[in-house]
Amino acid sequence: MNFLRFAARRLLEMAATLLGASFVVYGAMYLAPGSPASFLLSGRSASPAALQAINQQYHLDDPFLVRYLRWLGQVVRGDFGRSITYRTDVSTVLADRLPATLLLVAMALVIVLAAGLVLGWIGAVRGGATDSTILVTTTLAIGTPSFVAAVLLQGVFAVGLGWFPSSGAGEGLGDMLWHLTLPAIALALYLIGMLARVTRSAMLEALDGDHVTVARSRGVPERQVIGRHVFRNSLGTVLTTSGLIVSTLLVCTILVESAFSIGGIGQLLELSTTTKDFPTVQAVSLIIVALFMVVNLVVDLLHPLVDPRVTLGSRRNDA
Amino acid sequence: MNALEIRGLRLRLPGTARPVLDGVDLTVAAGETVALVGESGSGKTLTSRSALRLLPTGATTEGRVLVDGQDVLTMDAAHLRTLRTRKAAMIFQDPRAATNPLRRIGDFLTESVTLTKVMTRAAATERATELLDAVGLPATVLDRYPGQLSGGQLQRVMIAAALMGDPTLLLADEPTTALDVTSQAEVVALLDRLRERFGTGLLFVTHDLGLAAAISDRVCVMYVGRIAETGPADTLFAHPRHPYTAALLAAPPRLDAPAGRLAAIDGQPPDLRQELTGCAFAARCRLATDLCRTRAPEPVAAPADPGHLAACHHSELLEGSAAHA
Repeated sequence: MNFLRFAARRLLEMAATLLGASFVVYGAMYLAPGSPASFLLSGRSASPAALQAINQQYHLDDPFLVRYLRWLGQVVRGDFGRSITYRTDVSTVLADRLPATLLLVAMALVIVLAAGLVLGWIGAVRGGATDSTILVTTTLAIGTPSFVAAVLLQGVFAVGLGWFPSSGAGEGLGDMLWHLTLPAIALALYLIGMLARVTRSAMLEALDGDHVTVARSRGVPERQVIGRHVFRNSLGTVLTTSGLIVSTLLVCTILVESAFSIGGIGQLLELSTTTKDFPTVQAVSLIIVALFMVVNLVVDLLHPLVDPRVTLGSRRNDA
Repeated sequence: MNALEIRGLRLRLPGTARPVLDGVDLTVAAGETVALVGESGSGKTLTSRSALRLLPTGATTEGRVLVDGQDVLTMDAAHLRTLRTRKAAMIFQDPRAATNPLRRIGDFLTESVTLTKVMTRAAATERATELLDAVGLPATVLDRYPGQLSGGQLQRVMIAAALMGDPTLLLADEPTTALDVTSQAEVVALLDRLRERFGTGLLFVTHDLGLAAAISDRVCVMYVGRIAETGPADTLFAHPRHPYTAALLAAPPRLDAPAGRLAAIDGQPPDLRQELTGCAFAARCRLATDLCRTRAPEPVAAPADPGHLAACHHSELLEGSAAHA
């Protein structure tokens, strides 16, 4: 029942964190200069009556805490309010845009894991010139911001060679995969470099272990020595890094979606922030916070599978 | 046939002025226990590891290392695998470091024989269970992780693991150093029992002279990459023929000795960056003469015992004297 207790505790913790985050997210927008009313009027001077109508519609006259609690009550019921820019329910806007972002992040994650692990493995095991080449390449990848990578990839593969579309998210799964390939690579590049390096150094550290020498001394074939004793032992580090990678992907997707004009929640966050679309910014921020927490929870749940010395949430070890 | 026969083994490492192992001769007969003693850096671990061709990177070798009649240093990869899975096995110093903390004990015991297809998984598990019983551990240990066992229990697991392939040669590299005193005695007794039961030759590497005397049939004393003296355990300790052995025997602190400074051998072993002419021990030896400093001594048998060899120009000066003279 260790697992249930752990899950219950973590869910409570998540609820508390989300509550705190909601307060910060809601409050932050009011600390920033400008108001939705001024954006809606877009610089035009308005009659006091019109201003009051707007303030009333969005409850801008109520005290802060009252507004926060009203908003919170709605959010709990799944109602994020109406978007000021799009003039529809924020939940509808989100439902429209979330799939593209999730698919993009998933594709990028698969690319990062596949390329990062393979490169790290080869670098650690081969050594020599292969290792140096991988080190130089990954350094280059780490040094390339995703928006620069986006522009380069667009220039070469979309505009130059015409293999991929240069913008948009596409319709239907196949088309979406095709549209999102370049953005996913742009998003992945930096993280491939990072994961490759983390994997490489974790494997090099594991390679130094006595148990690796012991396995070799017992005639275990080299490939299995690497798989069972070196790569296996670096998985804990890889898992922890993967949590970080997904979080980074969620953040960087904002830049890449803008560069490729993909209508995901990253682009939505950027647009709604510049237009002071309070309800939308709040909803997107809250969803990103929630995704972060889910990622961390998954990492924590997977950890005992990767390392038997880690037990779920217990502070004492049973012998 | 001898379980292990090392002839003129010379091992060089990059960046050193002289061989780290300099003409080592050593024999372990089938079913025999030989203790290899010496201080840290004398090359005893390298010597034992050469029997499995576990050499440091960049090492070059001369001479022959025969296990079960086959030369380990020149054999191909397939034979080396057979050697390591079925002919020779090593018990390492620190069982905690020697086991992968992320894999179950059962997995550790069976991996070498199943991955090389010597046994099926079922047969390997059965043998592992038998051997665990032989080392005094229950079969439930198979499902445990190394972190759940004590150091002594883990060293028993290591011994069982070494016996999985039914080897003719066991190499024990200071197998008791990382254990507390009670487990030490148990592990040594267990090793001796199992050696007898399975008929394996045992090369026991240690710096503990008392332990060497207790467990072995023969003792080899190593100093700076050379065998200084070798002989039957009882005569070698009673009548050392090499000044280094005599000095070692005088070194252990004794409860009945008057309090004061501990007996120690003056000086340090020669640096590896320095070439050696003559006897390696000459600089620290009370008996050393010009001959010792210019010509390396060859091992010479004692007049009374052809199995008791010492590499010393002046061994006759020590003959007949008592151990602690």
